[in-house]
Amino acid sequence: MTELLIKNGVVYDPINGVKGERKDVCIRDGKVVSEVKNPKVIDAEGRVVMPGGVDIHAHIAGGKVNSGRLFRPEDGRKGVKARTNVCRPESGYSVPNTFATGYRYAKMGYTFVMEAAMPPLAARHTHEELVDIPILDNAALPLIDNNWMTMDYVKSGDTDLLAAYVAWIIKATKGFGVKIVNPGGTEAWAWAKNCDLNDEVPYFEVTPAEIIKGLAEANEKFDMPHSIHVHTNMLGHPGNFGVTRDTYDLVKGIKPAKDRQVMHTTHTQFHSYGGTNWGDFESKADVIADYINQNDHATIDLGSIILGDTTTMTADGPMEYSLYQITGRKWTNHDVELETGSGITPFLYSGKSPVNTIQWAIGQELALLVKDPWKVALTTDHPNAGPFIGYPILISMLMSKKRRDESAEDMHKVIFDRAEYCSIDREYDLNEIAIITRGMAAKALGLHEHGKGHLGVGADGDVAIYDMSPEETDAGKIQKAFLNTKYTIKGGQVVVKDGEVVATPDGKTYFVTPECDDTLTDEMMVKLKDKFDHYYSVAFNNYAVQDAYVPNPYEIKAPWRS
Amino acid sequence: MVEVTDVVCSLCGCVCDDIVVEVEDNKVTKVKKGACAVGKSKLMGHNRIKSPAIRENGELKECSYDEAIKKAAEILAASRRPLLYGWSSTVCEADKVGIELAEEIGAVIDNTASVCHGPSVLAIQDVGLPSCTLGEVKNRADFVIYWGANPAAAHANHMKRYSYISKGYWTEEGKKAKKLVVVDVRKTATAKMADVFLQIEQGKDYLVFSALRAMLYGHEDVVPDEVGGVSKKDLLETVEMMKASKFGITFFGMGVTHTGGRHNNIVNAIQMTRAAHTHTKFSIMPMRGHYNVAGINQVCTWETGFPFAVDLSRGYGWYNPGELSATDLLIRQECDAALIIASDPGAHFPGESIKHLAKIPVIQIDPFPNPTTEFADVVIPAAVSGVESEGNVYRMDNIPIRLRKLIDSEYLPDEEIMKRILEEVRAIREKEGK
Repeated sequence: MTELLIKNGVVYDPINGVKGERKDVCIRDGKVVSEVKNPKVIDAEGRVVMPGGVDIHAHIAGGKVNSGRLFRPEDGRKGVKARTNVCRPESGYSVPNTFATGYRYAKMGYTFVMEAAMPPLAARHTHEELVDIPILDNAALPLIDNNWMTMDYVKSGDTDLLAAYVAWIIKATKGFGVKIVNPGGTEAWAWAKNCDLNDEVPYFEVTPAEIIKGLAEANEKFDMPHSIHVHTNMLGHPGNFGVTRDTYDLVKGIKPAKDRQVMHTTHTQFHSYGGTNWGDFESKADVIADYINQNDHATIDLGSIILGDTTTMTADGPMEYSLYQITGRKWTNHDVELETGSGITPFLYSGKSPVNTIQWAIGQELALLVKDPWKVALTTDHPNAGPFIGYPILISMLMSKKRRDESAEDMHKVIFDRAEYCSIDREYDLNEIAIITRGMAAKALGLHEHGKGHLGVGADGDVAIYDMSPEETDAGKIQKAFLNTKYTIKGGQVVVKDGEVVATPDGKTYFVTPECDDTLTDEMMVKLKDKFDHYYSVAFNNYAVQDAYVPNPYEIKAPWRS
Repeated sequence: MVEVTDVVCSLCGCVCDDIVVEVEDNKVTKVKKGACAVGKSKLMGHNRIKSPAIRENGELKECSYDEAIKKAAEILAASRRPLLYGWSSTVCEADKVGIELAEEIGAVIDNTASVCHGPSVLAIQDVGLPSCTLGEVKNRADFVIYWGANPAAAHANHMKRYSYISKGYWTEEGKKAKKLVVVDVRKTATAKMADVFLQIEQGKDYLVFSALRAMLYGHEDVVPDEVGGVSKKDLLETVEMMKASKFGITFFGMGVTHTGGRHNNIVNAIQMTRAAHTHTKFSIMPMRGHYNVAGINQVCTWETGFPFAVDLSRGYGWYNPGELSATDLLIRQECDAALIIASDPGAHFPGESIKHLAKIPVIQIDPFPNPTTEFADVVIPAAVSGVESEGNVYRMDNIPIRLRKLIDSEYLPDEEIMKRILEEVRAIREKEGK
């Protein structure tokens, strides 16, 4: 029995309504308990204490992340750090190696990260990398939207059979939920085309709107911890805010299986654009924020920009091609049979560029204009809008109007007339920061029921102690504190002390098992086997991710709702 | 007798996974379906390294696994500039332990890509790689180029399973509705099947790619009447076929990576793909040789940050092919010990580098004897991955597939051997206070 007592901390635990109270946190055998007898004691000395951070959306493991590393040795060179007695070597900035990924998140006080896009056919790859990421608990969202089985069932309107397929593919990939990325558009990209929300997908006679609605309905057939997780169509196109708003409307009438949203839209910054071209490009964050304020069925994460060089990567193949055409830089594409695709290209976000300046403003505007922080998660869509290591910059921006004003002075002057940025006075407090960096993400993912994102009795003993007083207002000091914790504790074990990694336990992989009726599964299986017999290049019996790839499993069962 | 289906082949980058075999008395007695002749030979088994052995007075003397592993660890722990090379004909699980060992002793770790598709990696680092999975080709491609590659001999199932001869969703008619272009310096077996065969002069690949690029961008006026031994008329015909196709793909082999121009050829090949993409869907893919050469590139990249030729002597990965690839290190006579696993530099490296390998202590881990065995000082036999042990491998299109274990073996799997060497090395270093 190992016990830990964190005393004299000022605790922010929003899921349990704790807003900066001086109280003890007791941990026994890795879990939060109400009291301890012979604990090891950490005196937080009035510092800020929060549950371990939860990232709802980042690209940290798998084929496209590794293609990004492989084709950017110049990025690899940026982050090199020698091995220590505890840590393995680090490399990379926007595409860090697996070890650096674990260490850097842990230093920021994060203990759970969701890998946001797993191509089912390459799911083994994602899991091989997740196993190699130290410390962090993790999960991955399989891409299910440009999938031929999905589109066939959406076309025929067989929602129950679609649900049977969704259950099968989530189980086969050891995945967590339903990921949607440019539905229909990525299939069209296999013919070098793209789809808007109501365009027909070539050869499949369905529209992206129908795919999204069908998958939302299928998802809610089970007690799924998470809603559908959507990267809407037309990412990065001027004027796309209308598509985003229409996408929310698609699922407005669908009842969620659990007390949560019906749709989570990710990196919403990239989907809140006004204007008709790059010349009259403007922020429509206000319109999207208004929608989120007036409706309760959708949540967002930000995808906020970090200025500088990064590596963009997404299953939205046509978008990456467009981006490469703008920059002329190197471009990798990888279409995946019957399922999805991906593209990768480096990108530099510059404060001198009017477009980048407005993008930069939009991400923060969304956080500031959505009134209820329980509807917003902090992300940079790592590494698309910037690497996760930039989160502390964003936290300091949201907490300090002064810092935002100073930063705006360094940006292109369009920030004063094509964005609301400078007129917004709101400043986040630490409770709200705790919500958008852990509480909200845990709830939106349903992981608060599995011990993540809070410090109630029974929760995981994952704690971040930030080296700052709750009264701190200096943005620079806030940023520094959120970059390197005083302590990060994972499952009751100190993993970071004074900004250095001191232990590297293995993380767990969370996966969901949707439980589907055998009759439905059998009927679905006939169609699925036909796809394998004729069109897949991998045999059915070699497809599903074997148990060997998930050595530290955490299973969440999602029963069929009668 | 037991029939085993969906067996995965551990020979080439095709990683065929629909093979059916018969197993009796712990032996693969028959390959019934799915494998090519070479794959079949590997599955059925052939001559093996019989026992661990240590060279004494010029002769390999049989010993126990414990003795061989201890000796290997002593060599590596005493080395000041060790090289760990190979890794392509084994599973990712073994590769991971290899990287951990490289970190422990500050070794240079390199894999067979550096004498194979290493130039392709350099090109990808320059311009990227617009590509796809093999199933995409199977279902959609109506236009296929093999350039400097002869799959009829080297990847015998490639055309049948994935490309020219295969049938898929939009390619139900198979090769009848497809066009095949082969570019090579000689009329290979694959070239004989082609609709258009462009027989180019040795070393002129770069020029021919440039000509095709120019034509695809609408600048045929700048192309002379003959380029690299190919007539402008034939080039134009090829370009018209590319433009008219719905989905095109170029597969390229070592005929392009290992001729004059090297990685620049591949840069140009990829640029040609980008040019074709302005007209239609077009992709490109290297014909990876060993069944898991793609896999060691993957593992090495996510663990060290870099795909091959990685020096860990600084405590972190330092990548500089041309300086740190195995052949460079050996030609400079820089390394003082080498561990060679699942590969055969004795047969494939330039003479100068083999000379140095013959001088330094060499540890070989392999199921099969090969020219490297002739000068290895410690020889450690391994189980055959995909027959006697399981594990993860990456197909040439980077799709991960798990090799199956079909029979038991008296030999240890690569992963186990590597783990035991690493343990021994750590024990020695701990004793030395490192």
